[in-house]
Amino acid sequence: MTSPSATADVLATPSEKSGENYLVHEKGILSWLLTLDHKRIGVMYLMCVLGAFLLGGVFALLVRTELFTPGRTIVDHDTYNQLFTLHGAVMVFLVIIPGIPAALGNFVLPLQLGAKDVAFPRLNLASWYLWVIGALFMVVSLITNAADTGWTFYTPYSTVTTTSVIPALFGAFILGFSSIFTGMNFITTMHKLRPPGMTWFRMPLFLWALYSTAVIQVLATPVLAITLLMLIVERVVGIGIFDPALGGDPVLFQHFFWFYSHPAVYIMIVPAFGVVSEIFPTFSRKRIFGYKFIALSSVAIAILGFLVWGHHMFTSGQSVVAATIFSAITFLIAIPTAIKVFNWIATMYKGRIHLDTPMLYALFFLWVFTIGGLTGVFLGVMSVDIHLHDTYFVVAHFHYVMMGGSITAFLAGVHYWWPKMTGRMYDEKLGRIACAILFVGLNLTFFPQFILGTRGMPRRYYNYLEEFQGLHQLSTIGAFTMGVAFALTAVYLLRSLKKGRVAPANPWGANTLEWRTPSPPAYYNFHNPPEVTGGPYEYADWVYNARVGGYERKTSDGH
Amino acid sequence: MAQSTAEQLPHHAPDGDGHAHDAAHAEHPFLAHHFDTPKHQFESGKLGIWLFLVTEVLFFGGLFCAYAIYRSLHPEIFVYAHYYLDTFWGAVNTGVLIVSSLTAAWAVRNAQLGEQKKLITNIIVTIALACCFLCVKYVEYSHKFHEHILPGRHFNPTHEAWELESYKKTHGEHAGAHGEEATAHDAAGDTHAAPAEAAPAAPGAPDAQGATAEAKKPPPGALARPRHVSVFFSIYFFMTGLHGVHVVAGIITWLWILRRAVRGEFGPQYFGAVDYAALYWHLVDLIWIYLFPLLYLIH
Repeated sequence: MTSPSATADVLATPSEKSGENYLVHEKGILSWLLTLDHKRIGVMYLMCVLGAFLLGGVFALLVRTELFTPGRTIVDHDTYNQLFTLHGAVMVFLVIIPGIPAALGNFVLPLQLGAKDVAFPRLNLASWYLWVIGALFMVVSLITNAADTGWTFYTPYSTVTTTSVIPALFGAFILGFSSIFTGMNFITTMHKLRPPGMTWFRMPLFLWALYSTAVIQVLATPVLAITLLMLIVERVVGIGIFDPALGGDPVLFQHFFWFYSHPAVYIMIVPAFGVVSEIFPTFSRKRIFGYKFIALSSVAIAILGFLVWGHHMFTSGQSVVAATIFSAITFLIAIPTAIKVFNWIATMYKGRIHLDTPMLYALFFLWVFTIGGLTGVFLGVMSVDIHLHDTYFVVAHFHYVMMGGSITAFLAGVHYWWPKMTGRMYDEKLGRIACAILFVGLNLTFFPQFILGTRGMPRRYYNYLEEFQGLHQLSTIGAFTMGVAFALTAVYLLRSLKKGRVAPANPWGANTLEWRTPSPPAYYNFHNPPEVTGGPYEYADWVYNARVGGYERKTSDGH
Repeated sequence: MAQSTAEQLPHHAPDGDGHAHDAAHAEHPFLAHHFDTPKHQFESGKLGIWLFLVTEVLFFGGLFCAYAIYRSLHPEIFVYAHYYLDTFWGAVNTGVLIVSSLTAAWAVRNAQLGEQKKLITNIIVTIALACCFLCVKYVEYSHKFHEHILPGRHFNPTHEAWELESYKKTHGEHAGAHGEEATAHDAAGDTHAAPAEAAPAAPGAPDAQGATAEAKKPPPGALARPRHVSVFFSIYFFMTGLHGVHVVAGIITWLWILRRAVRGEFGPQYFGAVDYAALYWHLVDLIWIYLFPLLYLIH
């Protein structure tokens, strides 16, 4: 039992000096490239994912620049097709799917669980290497006549185009295994490495989200793998599986592809739900409302997500019976999702709200994801989808959920866990400004696209009618605004590494286990498994200490 | 510059757990730092490998799905094409893999009991049988390549199905002589093929991709070649080829296990790697046990 003053002495001991923190424990490039430490792997993933985001973002800006005027603006039509294909492929396979699980989950999961590492550290490192190799294949496609099929690789065009489709397919194939290994690792870790007292329903909701995501990763991604392999073999050998002239069926590709790619969008969004589920209670200083409902709704979404792939194919010629069933189940998925949204709002009700940057991003998420999610339900209505399929309405919908949902939550998580990962605080004022600019930029980019879609502007079109130009220009201005927001974010985050205030162990006053470790944590996480006696969202025992700029526990007896 | 360490003080933690934990790790060199006991490590690895096997089932599942779809839409293709497959070699391969699964499982038992010599022997036999499988595959494939029985647009068989030994065995030497029986037997297939068969049967009929040469006219009562028979062989080569890739991966895995076994790394406290490799091998065997009847034993 230590008195508060003794605690102050403990707080004065820098873990940096003792050489125990994971960033400095071992030195040299090989100690990073051959690390088995989940925290270092998480950091490497974070850098890679952010780099890929930059690449995908550049493609996006090129696409939007081209669309500033009808007809040719900066590139020709074939190049335009390549630009949107690479934008989609990079963003989906290199950024959003690995995104939160790999870059944040890898770092946070064992710490939040109370474990020393993930179950299979070598497999974890292998996942990262597979990401890098997959990325290299994408780059190969990019520099050798980039694929121009759209990120969905639909047949028959993808079997006949002479662009570099096979490297892109193979890259995605390898990235799929990166995702599968991460999923296997997370499931096993959560089943086998929980410390005493950490029952399933005492786990933080971020972990429930990662678990549900991991289940989808393990079950859905192999189907993508075989689909991409089929397409590669089709191109190389001409087996005819998608070729009507040889007895095949191009719509079969769509079924196989969407059987993965629909669950994939839940891989993209469920971790985002997990991140904001951590942020809302912490910054409302109030226990999460409806813990079990939020936890189990992630599982429900994971399961239902496997049953709706046909809603991407309402105009493909599938039977009306099948289409009706897919449509009905699509409506069902809105229910667990809405449960979460209402529970987050109820969490904030009568809480003491702190509008730090992570919370601003979480609120941003709530607003923007709701728009994106609801428009998904509109598209799930068959009679409406007939008119909106392949228009900008769809583009706006998925950017609202992927950009406004996944990326916003990703940023929320980066800002939330930044002090823990780096031991530094970023400039809070700049954080809020960048968040506001991003909010304006995102809505300016994508809201006009809903209108473009309902007025008939098709997606993936290089040229368009004069009447659409105004809305396209608004969208392009919005895109560059987002670019400014991201640039500002990059600047203040990077600056914080050298100039930022040293972070306390628990700047936000959260109660989950990662905040019981120093900032940054020691390389071994915990010497002994922490004893867990309560839920993850109890805040009564945390008191703010202005001197360290963070929260400390009232009772200090080793918990 | 102060950094916080919160209340987690490594040196003041209750020592009971720490000492037992360190002792366990000192005694078991293969016990990873994040597991408490060898049993804990083994069970975690077991869950991991089962998850991987689930992904493999889904991976092959896509192909089984494609098989099911095409077979239900065009059963006549499958009936016609299966005569080209040599059931004898397929059965040999099935036996080879089943025995290799036995030696793999036996190897796990050897590792658990610390029987080093038997462990090494069983691993070697497993590898040898796996290579046997690949040799038989080579024989089958090379025969097919020789006869131009190839996937997709390369399908251009030297002989029609009714000219093959396997067909003659089931339908008699002169397919026409057993006209009634043969016709009745193939009626279902023929009525499907009938609208389409005019094209391949007639000389000079254009096949969209120029995929196949004109089929020879079958004797009366014999099975005519349906359109798009190449679909069967596309599926056959893809499924057996992908399976073969997994056999190769299995051989590499067993070679690695053999190396570790020779160095004496396995024993009653640590045999996980052998167990997991054997599980993977059993799945490879199981997939073949499904492939064999679905491809070779169609009626």
